[in-house]
Amino acid sequence: MPIQVLMPALSPTMEKGNLAKWLKKEGETIKSGDVIAEIETDKATMEVEATDEGTLGKILIPEGTADVAVNTPIATILADGESAADLGKASAPARQEKAAESAPPAAAKAEAPQPKAAPSAPQVVAEPDPEVPAGTEMVTQTIREALRDAMAEEMRRDADVFVMGEEVAEYQGAYKVTQGLLQEFGAKRVIDTPITEHGFAGVGVGAAMTGLKPIVEFMTFNFAMQAIDQIINSAAKTLYMSGGQMGCSIVFRGPNGAAARVAAQHSQDYSSWYSHIPGLKVVAPYSAADAKGLLKAAIRDPNPVIFLENEVLYGHTGEVPKLDDFIIPIGKARIVRSGSHVTIISWSNGMTYALKAADELAKDGIEAEVIDLRTLRPMDTETIVNSVKKTGRAVTVEEGWAQSGVGAEIAARIMENAFDYLDAPVARVSGKDVPMPYAANLEKLALPSAAEVVEAAKAVCYR
Amino acid sequence: MAAPKKAAASPPQDKTDGGSPPEFTREQELKALRDMLLIRRFEEKAGQLYGMGAIGGFCHLYIGQEAVVVGMQMALKQGDQVITGYRDHGHMLATGMDANGVMAELTGRRGGYSKGKGGSMHMFSKEKHFYGGHGIVGAQVSLGTGLAFANHYRSNDNVSVTYFGDGAANQGQVYESFNMAELWKLPVIYVIENNRYAMGTSVSRASAQQDFSRRGVSFNIPGKQVDGMDVRAVKAAGEEAAAWCRAGKGPFILEMQTYRYRGHSMSDPAKYRTREEVEKVRHDQDPIEQVRNRLLAAKVSEQDLKAIDAEVRDIVNAAADFAQHDPEPDAAELWTDVYR
Repeated sequence: MPIQVLMPALSPTMEKGNLAKWLKKEGETIKSGDVIAEIETDKATMEVEATDEGTLGKILIPEGTADVAVNTPIATILADGESAADLGKASAPARQEKAAESAPPAAAKAEAPQPKAAPSAPQVVAEPDPEVPAGTEMVTQTIREALRDAMAEEMRRDADVFVMGEEVAEYQGAYKVTQGLLQEFGAKRVIDTPITEHGFAGVGVGAAMTGLKPIVEFMTFNFAMQAIDQIINSAAKTLYMSGGQMGCSIVFRGPNGAAARVAAQHSQDYSSWYSHIPGLKVVAPYSAADAKGLLKAAIRDPNPVIFLENEVLYGHTGEVPKLDDFIIPIGKARIVRSGSHVTIISWSNGMTYALKAADELAKDGIEAEVIDLRTLRPMDTETIVNSVKKTGRAVTVEEGWAQSGVGAEIAARIMENAFDYLDAPVARVSGKDVPMPYAANLEKLALPSAAEVVEAAKAVCYR
Repeated sequence: MAAPKKAAASPPQDKTDGGSPPEFTREQELKALRDMLLIRRFEEKAGQLYGMGAIGGFCHLYIGQEAVVVGMQMALKQGDQVITGYRDHGHMLATGMDANGVMAELTGRRGGYSKGKGGSMHMFSKEKHFYGGHGIVGAQVSLGTGLAFANHYRSNDNVSVTYFGDGAANQGQVYESFNMAELWKLPVIYVIENNRYAMGTSVSRASAQQDFSRRGVSFNIPGKQVDGMDVRAVKAAGEEAAAWCRAGKGPFILEMQTYRYRGHSMSDPAKYRTREEVEKVRHDQDPIEQVRNRLLAAKVSEQDLKAIDAEVRDIVNAAADFAQHDPEPDAAELWTDVYR
């Protein structure tokens, strides 16, 4: 039976890609390992290798086609003895092709190719953002592009701003967030470091103590554990310990939280770790517009800022205001969806579950108010409390663990400030109290889900 | 595990690169004497105040090591940065920071360099290019490399003088920093103050490579062992290293062979070494006595030397007086300087 070649996914976050080029023609003989096509994403170019032998029977997706969804059949391979007449019988193997990145992978730290694309974000029925003037023209961008533009704009504006980290320059970013920066700003301001997190975090802090404004990229925040002494003991405390004489304006940024299928050491949410520390500001955006506006604010902030991105969200698109200087102030939460029955509070990728749950709840007549915290420190207690005073019920959603988590902090603040308004105890939806497992089914169980948020919301509504 | 070797009992070597260091002019000798004496008397006074309960927490005295910072400072130029660990009082006085402000920080008063919020181990002066005062052993090495990175980024010809001890030299981030400094040719002088004991652990019990000037070998960083008890040798080595850095050749390591007379901190009974060992170094190699003897041999009068003693004692007594009478920080200061 003829075999279908499927559009491969290079990374767990890839949902679609462009079919750049066919390297084999219909009727050509194909051996296992032959490169038959080239695929492009916004992150990388990759080659599609055949894993079967035979003849390229039919090209189903012509070259130059954009936005081909992962797992779409792109061609058919005929086995020996089969002819074009057999094409109709083609069967799709369970993703037989493998993709190889054309650039060398970033060794052990590279993302592993994944068979399943992450689910796309639900359509947000967003309340208008008060930070954006009415009538502002919007552009559609991925979060990855919004972050890149934020850095580029600030680097154009201020020669003291520079980026350093592993693979940020020549490789164009392990997750392609720094794409194009080396070309525009040169190697002096876009600096590839050795794999040496503790060391380069300290170098960044030292440079910041002299008044420079480093953006230190961690390939992921998991590796920032190696550098956490410099972040907390040197960056966060120096202003206080010097009696206000010497501080540091520095941004530590990179993907945080659960990625897909990378297991316990590469999948962890550090929101509560950093939000514990006076002297740090901690930002964790969900939307593309917030990613841009908040990163610009973080770079300008005279304090050390932990900027928690999310790998799963990098490829998601959103509307970003087309303004010369679009800044979202640090420390302000946003009501993304209004409702009167229950308040759901989350941030970063937790918003994916929160918003999906709000859609589900609406079908049952429960109108949830969804708050995107955006900044974890300083926390916008006022927005939370005002909402809870209205709804009388609250659910927190986070990917991190419950114990000493951000949800625990939010619950305490609600109790301290709105106890008399509560009609039910605050409910927490969080990552399960286990290291992140690798197996797909267990990983899904370990993470929060929209269903759990729905269940918690119904419980606090006594429904 | 092998049984720990006995601590090396011999004093630091007099000279390690042959030949005497260049002689100082009389003015240089007098300045070195005055600056070293200021540190010694200041530290003796700090020790007294600690004993009286006026200084709390940890207090690490620099007595015995004065020639290192004073000689290095004589080799620097305006704008060069200095950063060190927690044994930092000498470094601050050597950069010209005010004795009153340093002592008042030790006593936790509002006139201290950090308004009383940093204490002995955490003081800074933007004006004097002193970047701390860091309490985490070895952390200043990456930070100091970052100061050098900033000089390189700004294309100025200043150098960062990054001090750390024989104990900190075993921390991992030191080598991460060495690698980046040489890779990017950063202007940083790593001054390893080898006072032979990391708290109670002698170098021979903690270090596989006891020649600290060779700790940069695998990164191609040149290094030199220096008699850290001879202020002239320190200055000469500092000048050589600074010239190397300013020429764009990257980092340089100076191992200063020195000795601390007091315990690791005020609460250290120093049972890991003998009284005789300490006495021998004091008698044979004291950095201040070396200068004093050379000055006397050069016919400087006892009178002139006594005048320097008196000036220094006045500064230190005034600092102690200020530090004990300056008010504690206002309670509202608890909440300031967390963010700016």
